[in-house]
Amino acid sequence: MLGSTLVTDLESVSADLKLVENVGWLHEVSKATAGESRLEMCIQCGSCGGSCPAAVDMDHTPRHLFALIRAGERDDVLRSNTPWICVSCYQCVVRCPQNIHITDVMYALKGMAVRAGLYQESTAPDFSQTFIDMVEEYGRSYEFGLATRHYLKHFPLRLPGMAPMGFGMLSKQRMAIRPKRIKNMAQLDAILARAKEVEGRDGGEA
Amino acid sequence: MTAYLLYPGCSLEAGARAYCQSLKKVSAVLDFTLEEIEDWNCCGATEYLGISRTPAYALISRNLALAAMQANGNRTVIAPCSACYLNLAKADHYMAERPELGRMVNEALAAGGLSYTPGSLEIRHLLDVIVYDIGLEAIASKVVRPLTGLRVAPYLGCMLPRPDYNHRWSDHEHPVELGLLLRALGAEVIDFPLETQCCGGHMTQIGPDTAFELIRRLVYAADQYQADIMAAVCPMCQLNLDAYQDEMNHHFGTHYQMPIVFFTQLMGLAFGLDAKELGFGLELVSARKALAKIGVEAPEPAAAGPARPRKPEGLPVPRPLPMSPRGDALLRKGPQAAEEKEAVK
Repeated sequence: MLGSTLVTDLESVSADLKLVENVGWLHEVSKATAGESRLEMCIQCGSCGGSCPAAVDMDHTPRHLFALIRAGERDDVLRSNTPWICVSCYQCVVRCPQNIHITDVMYALKGMAVRAGLYQESTAPDFSQTFIDMVEEYGRSYEFGLATRHYLKHFPLRLPGMAPMGFGMLSKQRMAIRPKRIKNMAQLDAILARAKEVEGRDGGEA
Repeated sequence: MTAYLLYPGCSLEAGARAYCQSLKKVSAVLDFTLEEIEDWNCCGATEYLGISRTPAYALISRNLALAAMQANGNRTVIAPCSACYLNLAKADHYMAERPELGRMVNEALAAGGLSYTPGSLEIRHLLDVIVYDIGLEAIASKVVRPLTGLRVAPYLGCMLPRPDYNHRWSDHEHPVELGLLLRALGAEVIDFPLETQCCGGHMTQIGPDTAFELIRRLVYAADQYQADIMAAVCPMCQLNLDAYQDEMNHHFGTHYQMPIVFFTQLMGLAFGLDAKELGFGLELVSARKALAKIGVEAPEPAAAGPARPRKPEGLPVPRPLPMSPRGDALLRKGPQAAEEKEAVK
């Protein structure tokens, strides 16, 4: 009798611990989000998935993803393609009855997935990284470099089909072959270097 | 004469040159000046924010800090690009909403001798300033060549009306501003149901199939509503619908030719300005046919690239129902079933 009570207690304690762990992971996502994520407020109504123009290509709808976050399914969440398919249209954000900053939560999840090395498909993270590399190099985006580097790596077979469009953009001078660089690149370098330090040091707490 | 600070954004110097050119012309007519933020940098689009936080917000905020120093009593920053507008507004908003982020960003800015206090600038999109500061009456008074008979689909895209941190727009999903402006120019404005739907954003680069479907929906709807032309307020939207329309047609076997230009170009036309100076002719889907409707001869398009072999039926006539390879099975049932019924009869 006493034994079975003890077992029940242990089970309930372990369930509690799991709950605490899950809440910890939920908070981690919430903290990594810029602004107040309000992720804890999700009532699982599904307005987000129903509003999403790209949901058909997602492995989990946003609502489902938030349920997984709450259940502590860290690896599943960070492997999901959902944040990478998100087109940042903010349709879900304005329809969410709980005012959750859904798009920014998606951004936070992308960063976490890259750091955890769990997202296997490389096209989207590579594109972001290439864009960032260009901006860190020139202080401006550099479409020609970005598009050619990205398409060569990820869609080489689509390049011939894209040629007329690229040619049109170049001939109409809507795409520059040479990048533009800002004057005070040293200042931007210093700011970004310090920002990375700060994010590494305080990122988890902020 | 009202003066504003201008954050042009990278695309205004390249992909959206027509926007830049027409903006300069139109601002002269409407008597407001735009002072460019000195040595501004890229806002990071959706890419930098997508995978980092403090560096992304520091990148955006360098522009805010520079603008605040340059402001000199004039605190309104205009961004003509919706993505830039949103990023600048977002940094300003979140640095205040989450003081910890504000502290981290300012610590980074300090490394470059800069700082920014959230709330010190007013971040606004060009359309907002034109409609609410300049005003529709002032605009209508400058119209010398009304766009009578031109059916225009107003297309705002996402990042202008949403998330709208500063409550500047009449609605998140069906705002009236662009439609009213186009009507003031004399255009026949269609009640475009997809006005604030997504153009595909960066998916043209990372998941073209997803993007093509989003582009198809917009062009298809504009065509169904018999629009002659679409009016855009964002370089990204314009680029996706214009430059990728041909690719999208190829993908679905459709033949749309729906021109999309910037709203400032249409304003310039109504103000009687020269089409070439407004950047007409830079679009890849030519606006010539649409402009002919209002008696304007658009410049000859520049020599096109090596043409892709066209199918013999390659006329700009849309098929009744463009098919997506995926998900449109339901759609397909409708008309085909109807045709089958007809055949049985």
